[in-house]
Amino acid sequence: MQVAVNIAVLAAIYALICCGYVLIYRVSRVLSLAHGELMMLGAYGLYATASLFGGHPLVAIAAAGGLALMVGVAVYLALMWRMTGESVLAAVLATIALGILLRGAMILMFGTQTQYPLRDLGWSNASLPVFGARISTVGLVLVLATAAVYVGLFGFLHFSRWGIRMRAAGQHPLLAAQRGIGLHGIYALAWGLATFTGGMAGMLIACDAGLEGTLVIIGLKAFPAALVGGLDSLVGALVGSLVIATAEVLLIHHVDPLLSDVVPFAVLLAMLAVRPWGLFGTREELDRV
Amino acid sequence: MSGYFRTRYAEDFALLDTRTQKAWFAVLVVALGVLPFLAGPLGLELANQVLLGSIGAVALMLLTGYAGQISLGHAGLLAAGAFTTGILFKEFGAPLWITLPASAAVGALLGLIFGLPSLRLRGLYLAVSTLALHFIVIFLGGEYETKRGFSTGIVIDSPVASARGWYFVLLAAAAATVLLALNLLRSRTGRAWRAIHGREAVAEALGISVPRAKLSAFVVSSTLTAVAGCLFAYYRGFVSAEAFSLYLTIQYVAMIIIGGMGSLLGAVLGTVFVVLFPYAIDGTMAALGVAERLSSVVFAVNYAAFGVVMILFLVFEPQGLVGIWRRVRNWFVLWPFRHKPIS
Repeated sequence: MQVAVNIAVLAAIYALICCGYVLIYRVSRVLSLAHGELMMLGAYGLYATASLFGGHPLVAIAAAGGLALMVGVAVYLALMWRMTGESVLAAVLATIALGILLRGAMILMFGTQTQYPLRDLGWSNASLPVFGARISTVGLVLVLATAAVYVGLFGFLHFSRWGIRMRAAGQHPLLAAQRGIGLHGIYALAWGLATFTGGMAGMLIACDAGLEGTLVIIGLKAFPAALVGGLDSLVGALVGSLVIATAEVLLIHHVDPLLSDVVPFAVLLAMLAVRPWGLFGTREELDRV
Repeated sequence: MSGYFRTRYAEDFALLDTRTQKAWFAVLVVALGVLPFLAGPLGLELANQVLLGSIGAVALMLLTGYAGQISLGHAGLLAAGAFTTGILFKEFGAPLWITLPASAAVGALLGLIFGLPSLRLRGLYLAVSTLALHFIVIFLGGEYETKRGFSTGIVIDSPVASARGWYFVLLAAAAATVLLALNLLRSRTGRAWRAIHGREAVAEALGISVPRAKLSAFVVSSTLTAVAGCLFAYYRGFVSAEAFSLYLTIQYVAMIIIGGMGSLLGAVLGTVFVVLFPYAIDGTMAALGVAERLSSVVFAVNYAAFGVVMILFLVFEPQGLVGIWRRVRNWFVLWPFRHKPIS
């Protein structure tokens, strides 16, 4: 039972991070390899607001969320809009460069010490019994938050005006632009939402396990989950996260704890060899003679 | 009509054809030969790093700049070469003339494995699969270290003792790599690589076997990289999985971006830039008088500045240093005109 709970929590973490990768890729066909760093930036945002609004934890959380959203929009406006229309390599490299820049800047601003934002908020992380297993409060919140984010995104993309525009821009940018949809606005919104969800994941992980450099690795490990599910499918991201988390937890449990960093990538390679477009992704057009 | 005509095939094959080119080449050879006797210890160390780095950068340039295959697994390949050397040395006491070919063979094999996904995947997906392979190679290396009890790394005795000796060894290796690359690029193989970079479907229609061209690009590139890894292991005298982080891959990719895609000169210029960059940052911090305050976070300053420089090049100078060099040269060649006259 404990194993199942562990899988659920890890899958929730991966799924929450993944939806950022999927949103950006689905809308603008750019793969953001700076997602781990943006996640960490979100977590540091919470750390900063927690000390700023000491005593008002809810205000602090809301402010950190808003901050993450703005950071995402700012990243698009400052850097990524220049990369639209450039080659895949250039866009990916720009996100990598952004990642190192952010990593350096964060160390300069916040140091390398492990921080505990949850303690700064004045809450504790009690362990709760669930079906005969134990789950930390933050872990439970993580699972619930992931569910809420996915339901929210589903509603947003299918029923709201902006969500429908976003899907249109992802499907056919040229046609969407000709129907009067402002692509830059949509892309900026996608980056904002992706950073918001990523930042949320970062904050929750930081609350659970402390805020330190390994957060970036978690962000990178979530990325195979997005690919296994199919880079342009949110349902796929959920399923992919579940697959990766199951493989990882079981192998750590039964074989070797050191495998933790490799398992997601091994699963990814297997998937790429069999079905490169993922479980639920759309098959890319191939230009074969 | 005026100018320089080639009247024999041998002239077509020559790498240096005009007298000016030969003269400049002689100057370069003399300069490279004299350098280690003039430079101090730091200068020699930097020169060695540039030479070592340029082998890997040229290899990556062949793959990414010419054949157009994205690879984010470069550090993994370097690690493979270094670990092959380290393991053979530690387990069997193998000398250089065994470890170097063995590293090359491991590199070629890994190149084949790295390249296999490229037959079905392109662009983004390829980059991702090479990234995955990077993590797996590093994991295997780390696993060997911990299982055999070399948890801090493998120590290797270097066959070359002095930094000056290393300079000439690395110079020979780098020169051989550049020569090999130059000749490959103007042969059938190199033209096939450029064709698949341009458009695969057209290349196929022209009778080029796309899978073969892709795999050969991966194999050649990773063989050279693994050889660089082997030399790296001997040069440092030390192999550990931590040395081959994702940051190393990023540095190599930065070398070819900053240098300029699709140019061997660019690979070398980019290497010089990336190797000297941290020292320039150090110098700047010392000049600004903040060196002591930031001494514990120098690496963070490096990361941030490196990110900024990469972004600036990607956004404002996608042609890289070679692009700047070409513009400057054209400005002087065409002066006092701004454009080539329409003949």
